[in-house]
Amino acid sequence: MIVLEKRPQPSRGWSYAAPVLAVVLTMVVGGILFAALGKNPVTVIRTIFLDPLFSEFAWFYRPQLLIKGAPLVLIAIGLSFGFRAGIWNIGAEGQYIIGALCGAGVGLAFYPMETRLVFPLMILAGAFGGWVWAMIPGVLKVKFGTNEILVSLMLVYVAESLLAAMALGPMKNPEGMGFPGSRNLAQYPSAANLELFAGTGMHWGVVFALIAVIFAYIALAKHTFGFHVRLAGQAPRAARFAGVNPGRLILICMGLSGALAGMAGLFEVAGPAGQVTIDFNVGYGFTAIIVAFLGRLHPVGILLAGGLMALTYIGGGIAQSNLGLPAAAISLLQGMLLFFLLAVDVLTHYRVRFAARKVA
Amino acid sequence: MDLSSINPILLLASLMVAATPILLAAIGELVVERAGVLNLGVEGMMITGAVCGFIIAVATGSPWLGFVGAAIGGAMLSLLFGVLTQFLLSNQVATGLALTLFGLGLSALMGQNYLGIRAPAFPDIHVPLLGDIPVIGPIVFQHDPMVYVGLFIVAAVWWFLNRTRAGLVLRAVGENHDAAHALGYHVRQTRLLAIMFGGACAGLGGAYLSLVRVPQWTEGMTAGAGWIALAIVVFASWRPGRLLLGAYIFGGVTVLQLNLQAAGLAVPVEYLSMSPYLATIAVLVIMSAGRAPGSLGRIFHAAR
Repeated sequence: MIVLEKRPQPSRGWSYAAPVLAVVLTMVVGGILFAALGKNPVTVIRTIFLDPLFSEFAWFYRPQLLIKGAPLVLIAIGLSFGFRAGIWNIGAEGQYIIGALCGAGVGLAFYPMETRLVFPLMILAGAFGGWVWAMIPGVLKVKFGTNEILVSLMLVYVAESLLAAMALGPMKNPEGMGFPGSRNLAQYPSAANLELFAGTGMHWGVVFALIAVIFAYIALAKHTFGFHVRLAGQAPRAARFAGVNPGRLILICMGLSGALAGMAGLFEVAGPAGQVTIDFNVGYGFTAIIVAFLGRLHPVGILLAGGLMALTYIGGGIAQSNLGLPAAAISLLQGMLLFFLLAVDVLTHYRVRFAARKVA
Repeated sequence: MDLSSINPILLLASLMVAATPILLAAIGELVVERAGVLNLGVEGMMITGAVCGFIIAVATGSPWLGFVGAAIGGAMLSLLFGVLTQFLLSNQVATGLALTLFGLGLSALMGQNYLGIRAPAFPDIHVPLLGDIPVIGPIVFQHDPMVYVGLFIVAAVWWFLNRTRAGLVLRAVGENHDAAHALGYHVRQTRLLAIMFGGACAGLGGAYLSLVRVPQWTEGMTAGAGWIALAIVVFASWRPGRLLLGAYIFGGVTVLQLNLQAAGLAVPVEYLSMSPYLATIAVLVIMSAGRAPGSLGRIFHAAR
């Protein structure tokens, strides 16, 4: 009989190996799934995971890696603090939308004035919007003890409705021939989040994502705040004695993740997306949850995981157009990845022993 | 706006129909949570049930078989959650989220050839005699059979939890799994069965959307109903009776909002469609006093 024995400390080796093993397992089972769909599994897996980097058109796909990876990393870094402390903000998708709306709103309000101040103001507004949206579940949890998971998720649907209302109403492009959607911010130089170096995909969102990784690393490794976050997650009672104020920790973690998600939304709406449209959000807020876990809630891990997840988005797109793979297969693959990670993680915390069944 | 175009009898009648999918999913989750497991994957199981039920109903032409298939589909998906959380001891919050993401992808993949098809008709039944009572008849006794199946499941769950020995064991497992284990109850087995019941109920709720309420298959058609079901369980303080009340309140908000849209209220549709979600938040704030089962969400690892 197989018995699980709790390790005194999580295994270091397995905590590094588990994500890799999960990716390999996902490739294998995903391959079986693609074979069942009547595709050549080797071709599909190669198209998704290798072609964006090494095919003859890779010069076109590599910049996309940064464009898709930046919002994922930015959001996931914010989420990782809360997840470590046992605060579950899963409404990043909503905070992303509201950040984009607030940021775009500021940009549109200044149109067509050209000053250098517009873009920094938009970044602030985006972060503020995401912060406010995340503070709603945060404050309700602290004041009334409501469940932050449910409230933050409900607010995603509210944000989606608000997005539709804005794209069809107040933010609609007055010169848009009646089509829904705002003015294109990418064509408004003061507000545009353009590539910093042509052809690299490097925009301000990427810069901020990298800064966030560095700051998160320092905060977690060297700062008391990071220590409190880790303490609150692993030993809530001990944290109380160490003087951690749980309410304040909730507000800081929620606010931080909301502000980063809001910024991610702003960078997307001012750059790659360009305008506020009904279908502006594509699920980065939810995929970022996978990124955070796959990266072991560690800033460097999140950076790598964000890159991998961006790869599946791009490779999935290629597989969709070249091999006729359904779009849903990719989200299935991403969900599967999280499943395998959670399953393999048992090895990090427990030792597997083969023991003879004891006589009761 | 013309408020007189809203017929109160029809409003109350459609309230029961609108509440049914949430009611079904919520009663399943209630049992799961009373067993001490927090399964946040209700949305994923619902949408999987919706697509399974739809495919089987279209293939066989029988909505009843569709509902059976939906229940099996939901239970199979929940088994994945059960194995991960009960045997591989994974974090329940993260696993539930994974289940939702996975279910949304899986259902979209399964249903891609079924877009734009109509589900086979599922006629209402006219309960003899009772259905002829004025006012009450049309409101309560002229619905499709699944409305009554849902009510029956709620009653059965109440009876099971409060009047049977197995229900007592299930509650014991949920309140304190270590004590229940020490008494010789099978914690994992009980929880696995509860999780599968929850999955089956969520599947039924999803299939009610795709077979009766809409009745079509579209991607992401549950639109947060699974999460609202989770909120209703909290609202109900984990008690079946209040669950019924909660589901009907939400059914009411949904139906009223749709009726106001149709009546041409001078508020854009997008704002009205926020109301069920905002109502959920409001209710969570007011009703957060209830006491959750003691072992809810905690990992059970029998050291001995």
